[in-house]
Amino acid sequence: MVKLVINGEERQFDGDQDTPLLWVLRDEMGLTGTKYGCGIAACGACTVHIDGAPSFACVTPVGVLEGAEVTTIEGLSEKGDHPVQEAWRDLNVAQCGYCQAGQIMQAAALVDQYDTVTDEDIDAVMSANLCRCGTYPRIRAAVKQASAAKSGTPTEAETQ
Amino acid sequence: MRNSSIINVSRRGILGGMGAGAFVLAVGLPRPGRAQEEEPDFGRDAMPNGWRDDPKIFIAIAEDGIVTVTCHRQEMGQGVRTSIGMVVADELGAEWENVRVTQAPGDEEKYGNQDTDGSRSLRHHFMPLRRAGAAARTMLEQAAADQWGVDVSEVKAEGHKVSHAGSGKSLGYGELAAAAMDLEVPARDSLKLKDPSEFRYIGKNSIGLVDNMDITTGTTTYGIDVRRDGMLYAVVARPPVYGGTVKSLDDSAALAIEGVEKVVRIEPSEFPTEFAPLGGVAVIARNTFLAMKGRDALQIEWDDGPNADYDSEAYHETLSQAANSSDGKVIRDEGNYDEAAAGAAQTVEAEYYIPHLAQAPMEAPAAVVEIKDGQAEAWACVQAPQVTKLRLAERLGLEESAVKVNVTLLGGGFGRKSKPDFVLEAGILSQAMDGTPVKLTWTREDDIHHSYYHTVSVEKMSAGLDESGKTIAWRHRTAAPTIGSIFAPDPMQKLPLELGMGLLNMPLAIENIRAENPQAPAHVRIGWYRSVSNIPHAFAIQSFAAELAEAAGRDQKEYLLELIGPAREIDPTNQGDVWNYGENPDVYPIDTGRMAAVVEAAADGIEWGREMEEGRGLGIAGHYSFVSYVAVAAEVEVVDGEVTVPRVSIAIDCGAHVNPDRIRSQMEGAVIMGVGQALMTEVTFAEGRAVQDNFDTYLIPRMEQAPKRIDVHFVGSDAAYDRPLGGVGEPGLPPVVPAITNAVFAATKKRIRRLPIADQLRS
Ligand code: FES
Ligand code: FES
Repeated sequence: MVKLVINGEERQFDGDQDTPLLWVLRDEMGLTGTKYGCGIAACGACTVHIDGAPSFACVTPVGVLEGAEVTTIEGLSEKGDHPVQEAWRDLNVAQCGYCQAGQIMQAAALVDQYDTVTDEDIDAVMSANLCRCGTYPRIRAAVKQASAAKSGTPTEAETQ
Repeated sequence: MRNSSIINVSRRGILGGMGAGAFVLAVGLPRPGRAQEEEPDFGRDAMPNGWRDDPKIFIAIAEDGIVTVTCHRQEMGQGVRTSIGMVVADELGAEWENVRVTQAPGDEEKYGNQDTDGSRSLRHHFMPLRRAGAAARTMLEQAAADQWGVDVSEVKAEGHKVSHAGSGKSLGYGELAAAAMDLEVPARDSLKLKDPSEFRYIGKNSIGLVDNMDITTGTTTYGIDVRRDGMLYAVVARPPVYGGTVKSLDDSAALAIEGVEKVVRIEPSEFPTEFAPLGGVAVIARNTFLAMKGRDALQIEWDDGPNADYDSEAYHETLSQAANSSDGKVIRDEGNYDEAAAGAAQTVEAEYYIPHLAQAPMEAPAAVVEIKDGQAEAWACVQAPQVTKLRLAERLGLEESAVKVNVTLLGGGFGRKSKPDFVLEAGILSQAMDGTPVKLTWTREDDIHHSYYHTVSVEKMSAGLDESGKTIAWRHRTAAPTIGSIFAPDPMQKLPLELGMGLLNMPLAIENIRAENPQAPAHVRIGWYRSVSNIPHAFAIQSFAAELAEAAGRDQKEYLLELIGPAREIDPTNQGDVWNYGENPDVYPIDTGRMAAVVEAAADGIEWGREMEEGRGLGIAGHYSFVSYVAVAAEVEVVDGEVTVPRVSIAIDCGAHVNPDRIRSQMEGAVIMGVGQALMTEVTFAEGRAVQDNFDTYLIPRMEQAPKRIDVHFVGSDAAYDRPLGGVGEPGLPPVVPAITNAVFAATKKRIRRLPIADQLRS
């Protein structure tokens, strides 16, 4: 049995400890915001934060998470108002939206961790997350906007 | 109301005898009893079950004033839920913050056609939905006038209330709703639609996506997210080769796993398989992981069947031979190609290869079915809920009325989810579990291994140029397995609708043109993938146009414009295209002036003609599809054989705009999908099996490979709402790839004739 904290709540799972966190979240806890896209750490649809670090839930056996703090898209912010979430809505980033929980979790970790975010950072970090609809240009813009909003600096667009 | 699915066979006899499934291709089957001499139906009138404009179907207004718009088209990223909400709300005079959008279940009797493909949701339903909104607005006005005892002409609805200028009285929509909805729906020809100058939402960028909040907080429901009480989870081991069967099965190890509930055989389907499941062995378990673990533990020996030898390299050879033989069916013949080519000062030939692709929507197919008291209910991410309902009923032995199909959000579709094989699998499994709700999940490997693949093509192009470099003869041979092979004994010949995707209706001004279609058998399920046959046709035609420019020593863009020729309207039926995307050629002729205009706009957008650094180049391509005009100009950089696409300019003329922001996003997405098709995306087969498994081998672009700059340019009368709308979801894609490969030529002098580029430029 494993005990862990999911979105601030203590949870436990006593099934097969090899079960990837992804399926524990989705099937056992009913937290379907975290998505399945590949199961092999190749698409980022399942990105969650484990002890603050963006991680692929599809390749993380739940058994290794004793005492860990897991944050999913449902728990990223209380009112859906993390600067990344707001920027995502502001720029209408989503198309089908399926990859976006993973994108947002990846981006939120990036924006929270660094005061400024460059194009190179975005290429390096956000390339872990696939989007078949091709929302990358808006993801790039939204990450920058969120980063600027967080650090209180105006974005390029605003200064123009 | 005209809502028949009847078409005139003599003019548009597309799929006669193709089997009942063909209707999802939006070319309804002829119905008996229809006189041939009647006027043919086109567009929305020709779609199965047509269209509806009854406000009582689409609009509900609650006492608190909340307006709920029912969206009967499926959301897969094109933004249709938002756009349909905008159309209805605008005509209704509703305030957007009081508008909600709800999703209709599959019920074409009630809603009209719901089959969401062919880039036609707004093209077909813009006007009917405007009328629905206008009718409801009229009813609200009437209800208010009745209450005040004044003539209806004295009151006006806008801003979610009806006001009477004379008395200063006003009533909110919520207060009027009950009385208004009790009124008769006004006659269609009595409705007064808004003047476009009065639009508040249509054509504007003011409205955010209706699902934005849910998407950004993880509370949306896609097919894979549905949960029902007592639900079990399943995955299926399918024959790795199309048409294969189970020779032997040992499921003891799977059944020994705690949490695995049952192993179920799914019967294979006969050719043509249409939307029937492929058969195989399902494992049903307490969660998805256990189902996958159980599947891994199955010992299955397969009989691979007739397609066991399918091999992409060998088949490339087969197609190439077909495309180089002269015994293909002649499908277009104008002037005299042979004579003109024989007399040409210069002849040019090129052969292009375009591989299989898998749609690979980010959400792989997934569905839940439960059966209670003889009633089956499905929740699924389907583009075509009506055919899903029909096929599910047939497969489960139920009446159509005993089946309900609820449509979730689709995590991408691109044509894959037009085919409901996965919902039928879920239904079979629920039935095998006495009706217990079963969620069927396709893994990514399942999705890549068992797609309805985009066809594989060889396009052989030949042309003759006169002394001045002008193209005087043009021959196009296309060899590719057809979508028709899933609906009928393999016709081995492209369907008219496939030929009508950029080949027959190619609007180039060349006097002597011949097109031929040699036979090509299918060895996998061939299906439609965003923009379908436009992909190979546009690649071949627009690459070849650039090759001819090179042969003539001319600028590529100038030469392309010359090939397009003077501004004129072409009736595609005169070129043998009897399909015309289902639209009336009088209303939707091909307008070469519009084609040229998008080419100019794309070129301007990339600053065509500018000095390029070493290793960089510009390329351009234009293509007409889904009755819209798109051109793309791309800039590439090639370093050590590695191609990147830093900048793309894409110009579209799709007629009037409903939701400009979503047109923009569709163009951005099309560019990125096209970058993938140019550089990396491909499914190949060996020993009948798909070689690629997952996103580690089936490659699609990532952030770092996406162009840093994509400029979308709108061309044409985007506010001319009296003119018919064009498609948006698909037409962006076809010209992207040839624009990139033409740019590669400009950068390297190496011509890409085989997709994807992959490592072809590495020495
Ligand atoms: S599902 Fe985990 S990375 Fe794709
Ligand atoms: S928005 Fe559809 S996959 Fe990213």
